[in-house]
Amino acid sequence: MTSYLKIDHVDKIFVRGSLETEVLKDITLGIAKGEFVSIIGHSGCGKTTLLNIVAGLARSTTGGVLLEDREVDEPGPDRAVVFQNHSLLPWLTVYDNVRLAVDKVFSGVKSRAERRAWTMHNLELVQMAHAKDKRPAEISGGMKQRVGLARALAMEPKVLLLDEPFGALDALTRAHLQDSVMAIHQKLCNTVLMITHDVDEAVLLSDRIVMMTNGPAARIGEVLDVPLARPRRRLEVASSPAYLKCRQRVLEFLYERHRFIEAA
Amino acid sequence: MITGSSAIVPRMRESYAMNMPLVQAQPTTMPATTAKVLSLEPKRQALRTRLAARLGDLAVRVVPPIVVIALTLLVWELLCRRAGSTLPPPSRVLNDTWELIVDPFFDRGGLDKGLFWHLSASLQRVGLGYALASFVGVALGTLVGQSTWAMRGLDPIFQVLRTVPPLAWLPLSLAAFRNGQPSAIFVIFITAIWPIIINTAVGIRNIPQDYRNVAAVLRLNHLEFFYKIMVPAAAPYIFTGLRIGIGLSWLAIVAAEMLIGGVGIGFFIWDAWNSSHISEIILALVYVGVIGFVLDRLVAGIARLVTHGTAAN
Repeated sequence: MTSYLKIDHVDKIFVRGSLETEVLKDITLGIAKGEFVSIIGHSGCGKTTLLNIVAGLARSTTGGVLLEDREVDEPGPDRAVVFQNHSLLPWLTVYDNVRLAVDKVFSGVKSRAERRAWTMHNLELVQMAHAKDKRPAEISGGMKQRVGLARALAMEPKVLLLDEPFGALDALTRAHLQDSVMAIHQKLCNTVLMITHDVDEAVLLSDRIVMMTNGPAARIGEVLDVPLARPRRRLEVASSPAYLKCRQRVLEFLYERHRFIEAA
Repeated sequence: MITGSSAIVPRMRESYAMNMPLVQAQPTTMPATTAKVLSLEPKRQALRTRLAARLGDLAVRVVPPIVVIALTLLVWELLCRRAGSTLPPPSRVLNDTWELIVDPFFDRGGLDKGLFWHLSASLQRVGLGYALASFVGVALGTLVGQSTWAMRGLDPIFQVLRTVPPLAWLPLSLAAFRNGQPSAIFVIFITAIWPIIINTAVGIRNIPQDYRNVAAVLRLNHLEFFYKIMVPAAAPYIFTGLRIGIGLSWLAIVAAEMLIGGVGIGFFIWDAWNSSHISEIILALVYVGVIGFVLDRLVAGIARLVTHGTAAN
């Protein structure tokens, strides 16, 4: 099978002095174009390390990442990241934060007016156009994450990488943002790789869920297809048998077979 | 922050107090007439209360220091009035130096100049030395903050050199430059540069990894990274260093000028001491203090303008 994004036999070993820690072992995963894939696992299993390798922010010890059959080993706007803690630049307004990315990615392609329109378009996509002149400190956590999403979308990435994007938010805000991400995915058909530790979030949003075993030397334990038709509606889906079955499978994997010993 | 909230709170409280009786009075009087009164009164009263609040706020800040200064002068006057006291009382200081106060611009050639000329000579030296120190300090601080090897190599040297007292550099710089003017400027430079270097380096080193990741994903080049991420992210630290630097420069200039001579407030003080004009020394100290205060406020003000909104949340 030819995949759009291919993680090919990736191992990651951290070396500190004479101490070697194997974090990831033989991770192989193919993602098709337009697919929404979640990676779920207990904290410390190396999910974020894996995402950083795909983003190019960290290097794999062996193995590599292929995007459209070309190896990627450094960061770039074709794999835009929405970071766990928004990572907006506090001295720039909401608009300028997104504009910085737009200016950098489309400097030679779009005119000034087009870049402005494209920035506003992406802010509207995440419903943040009303706060364009506010600074990050003046908006709520959920709003910051929306702007982070707008910044990533504005780069028109081939793959959108979400690193536990809603982890720091309260349940209600998280639900709103999940709905936004679903709507955007529906509209733009992005290829998305999302890290999460929330079972419901993984089942609701994903086409496939990749479950990772506990570290050290975390592997892919199981890959689960989520056979739910899109568009999915939170309330309708939550009571459907397929949803509950998927949820059950993930819970069983995480809490029976790969119980997180340190947390117990 | 504190002044802002203290200005708003009393204003709100007073306007409540003013409005309350009017609202309560409404049912007892005829509706038609009260409506007229209500539409006019609150506006005028709001203006009056706001003015009163503003004046009250000003008084709260200005009255205590005036009282303290007056008391200090009174005690000083009483203590130094006795015959045989070594220092002059404030009344005599004022009397002795009245000419210097009213005419700071006279120039009778040589070193017999008004205080304005002495102060401006000192300020020029500080300005030049401090400007050089800011430029070189931020550059070196960036280097040390950004490169681990530069830090390992330079940081121990900086840590040793920064403990050398400013005046200890003066003989060496006199030997090197063979001239008082560049030597004084060098002393200012070497005094101000250490806190600027160290704070800049800390600021650069403390740039959150998140911002570096953002820059990496966007593929910002070195120049873009420098002025789009590094400078704004480190600005609060850099300005802390600059503020400490200006304070130290002004501390060092007086001592340096006492030794190198020529026109300058330091030499003015030394000259006054040699001719036993104690009153002139006291006047000069007041000027030095006030100018030091103004310089500090100036840098703090620029910092507030530049770093507006850069503080991470």
